[in-house]
Amino acid sequence: MMYRYIILLVACVTTVQVVHAQQEKLQVRIGYLSQQEDVLAPLSLLDLEIEDNGVPGARLANKENSTTGQFTNQAFSLEEAIVDEDGDVVMEFARLVQGGLSLFIVDLPADKILQIADSKAAKGKLLFSVRAQEDRLRQNDCRGNVLHIAPSRVMLADALAQYLVWKRWNKWFLMIGKHPQDVAFADAIKRSSKRFGGKIIGEQQWTFDAGARRTDSGHVTAQQEVPAATQVDDYDVMIVADEGDEFGEYLPYRTFRPRPVAGTQGLMPTAWHRSHEQWGGTQLQRRFKKLAGRDMTPRDYAAWAAVRSIGEATTQIKSAKANDVKAFLFSDKFKLAGFKGVPLTYRDWNGQLRQPVLIVGPRMLVTVSPQKEFLHEYSPLDTLGYDRPESKCKAF
Amino acid sequence: MDSYLTKSVTSRIAIGFSLAVSFLSSANAYTVYVSSEKDNTITVIDGESLEVLDTIEVGERPRGLELSKDNKQLYICTSDDDHVEVLDLETLKVTHTLPSGPDPELMTLGPDGKRLYVANEDDNMVTVVDVDTKQMVVEIPVGIEPEGVGISPDGKWLVNTSETTNMAHFINLDTLEIEANVLVDTRPRVAQFTPDGKQAWISSEIGGTVSVIDTESKEIIQKIEFEIPGIRKEAIQPVGVKINSTGDKVFIALGPAARIAVVNASTFEVEKYLLVGQRVWNLAFSPDETRIFTTNGVSSDVSVIDVESLKVLKSVKVGRLPWGVITRP
Repeated sequence: MMYRYIILLVACVTTVQVVHAQQEKLQVRIGYLSQQEDVLAPLSLLDLEIEDNGVPGARLANKENSTTGQFTNQAFSLEEAIVDEDGDVVMEFARLVQGGLSLFIVDLPADKILQIADSKAAKGKLLFSVRAQEDRLRQNDCRGNVLHIAPSRVMLADALAQYLVWKRWNKWFLMIGKHPQDVAFADAIKRSSKRFGGKIIGEQQWTFDAGARRTDSGHVTAQQEVPAATQVDDYDVMIVADEGDEFGEYLPYRTFRPRPVAGTQGLMPTAWHRSHEQWGGTQLQRRFKKLAGRDMTPRDYAAWAAVRSIGEATTQIKSAKANDVKAFLFSDKFKLAGFKGVPLTYRDWNGQLRQPVLIVGPRMLVTVSPQKEFLHEYSPLDTLGYDRPESKCKAF
Repeated sequence: MDSYLTKSVTSRIAIGFSLAVSFLSSANAYTVYVSSEKDNTITVIDGESLEVLDTIEVGERPRGLELSKDNKQLYICTSDDDHVEVLDLETLKVTHTLPSGPDPELMTLGPDGKRLYVANEDDNMVTVVDVDTKQMVVEIPVGIEPEGVGISPDGKWLVNTSETTNMAHFINLDTLEIEANVLVDTRPRVAQFTPDGKQAWISSEIGGTVSVIDTESKEIIQKIEFEIPGIRKEAIQPVGVKINSTGDKVFIALGPAARIAVVNASTFEVEKYLLVGQRVWNLAFSPDETRIFTTNGVSSDVSVIDVESLKVLKSVKVGRLPWGVITRP
């Protein structure tokens, strides 16, 4: 390994001497801002509790940018700031801006993103949101200095809806968790049903307590509870809205009727999944696993895509100024190779990254939306989420 | 319905006729080899009759193909087995393997026929292998996800593309050092030199363009864009590039657009788009350059194009996800 590095170094030095003898290295500094919190414990014991969700994706992209930078005379760095649970992220953001940063990956919930985006320090800076799925951040609450790498709930719901409609599984029953984000996911599904011709034949709130993750004979309880709770009018697919992973995993194979389960569990729409290996995806999965020692999550993928976006832009424009980067990302020259078969670009009406959405089972990729039968005058990718004519965002 | 039938019968007669003509006019028989990355097979096709002669099982995920200089052996990048397999073309048996480094994807044989240059997609390296001693000579570090490798006819330059770094690396084959890095559009794939060695043509799959680089100055002198009525822009993904031996015509496979672009090499104009199968990746000329064979990944077939009339003659069913193709006199 050492031997390889030496060769690489020699090669770089030669390049630098030939091409860039007079030029100064362009410094591209990227901040990663997040906050410590309780880690979500997945219901399935097979899934890991992930302590560092997101960060390794940014680290991998920074490594990739740096490799390119060695050939283009650019130095990339990632400065990670993970604030304590009771710390103040807005203050930390201001501190980082003081230190000269202007490009940020923000791995935070919606409210915190808005606080930061509206703070004085954020003027002229560029934030890449990699977690918040709230559609309001792309609509009424959009901000001109915030780009959205994670797909919104509506994009995910549209992607799932297109596939269900393509299958002619048009009648949906909604099983909704008790948290506001579960209701938000269910609302997104309802919107998609109207858009693509699905029919919600009924909905119900899941009322049982989540209970402990590890229980002896837990399956006995689930076997009794689930059929009782799902004895409803006939439907084609049960769509579950359980973002906190509290009960959805109990539904498949236990519903009263022999019907598939989709939504936040079962057949899921997602930005990224460990089973995805199309379009060279294997390479990204392998690189990530080597670096992080675990599979890539949707948030890792978003952080990767954000840092790679900055890398692509700064390599092309030879500038690391936030405004220049933003202008390039919205130009027709920007095309990110995101291992999803088509170039990824940004919507200039709300700052959302246009991207295909994977539809996956727990262990296999099933399909990728948009489904090709859903046409669009500009880009099929714009059949997912709020399209230009529906946009309420005025900040761009 | 009637008119469709008539038309179809007529065109079949026409194809049959042209096949008969080309069979009569052609002096030498030749063979076409196609790798299918899903089925782990090499399909052997008779170049004239277009009949499938044999299907040979090889290692995991066969992709790039290359012939030995004496045309007796076929080198196969079996990517998931992390080596190059060598297929004896008399016995159609794999005789041995070559150490290629991990995940070999595309390769090219040097003009002396002794050294094989292999892109290791997973390892950011171009591996140089001596095919006689079966030893790895050296590994050259390049950008992320190395893919295409092209060698200039004089054997002086190796151009390697790296898909994530978006570059064409010009490697001096005397010193084995990178001398220039040319930024091209997103996700560069195949690199091909013109027969006079003055230009390198680089396809960019996600960028949707082909960059023509001047070998002397290492600068992009032309960027070729593609536009096909009724096909959305992002479906146009150039991958395979083949330049004819007279250097005046270039054939470019456009992936999900299911088209081959025929480009005039002096004006850089696209003269024609030919409809082939879905997700067309790579292509190969027949030895006499009267035909072109394309691998159509999603439709699992090979399209056969008559070069003079620029018409698609036939499609031949092969294994699932055909990837590489090469012809042997």
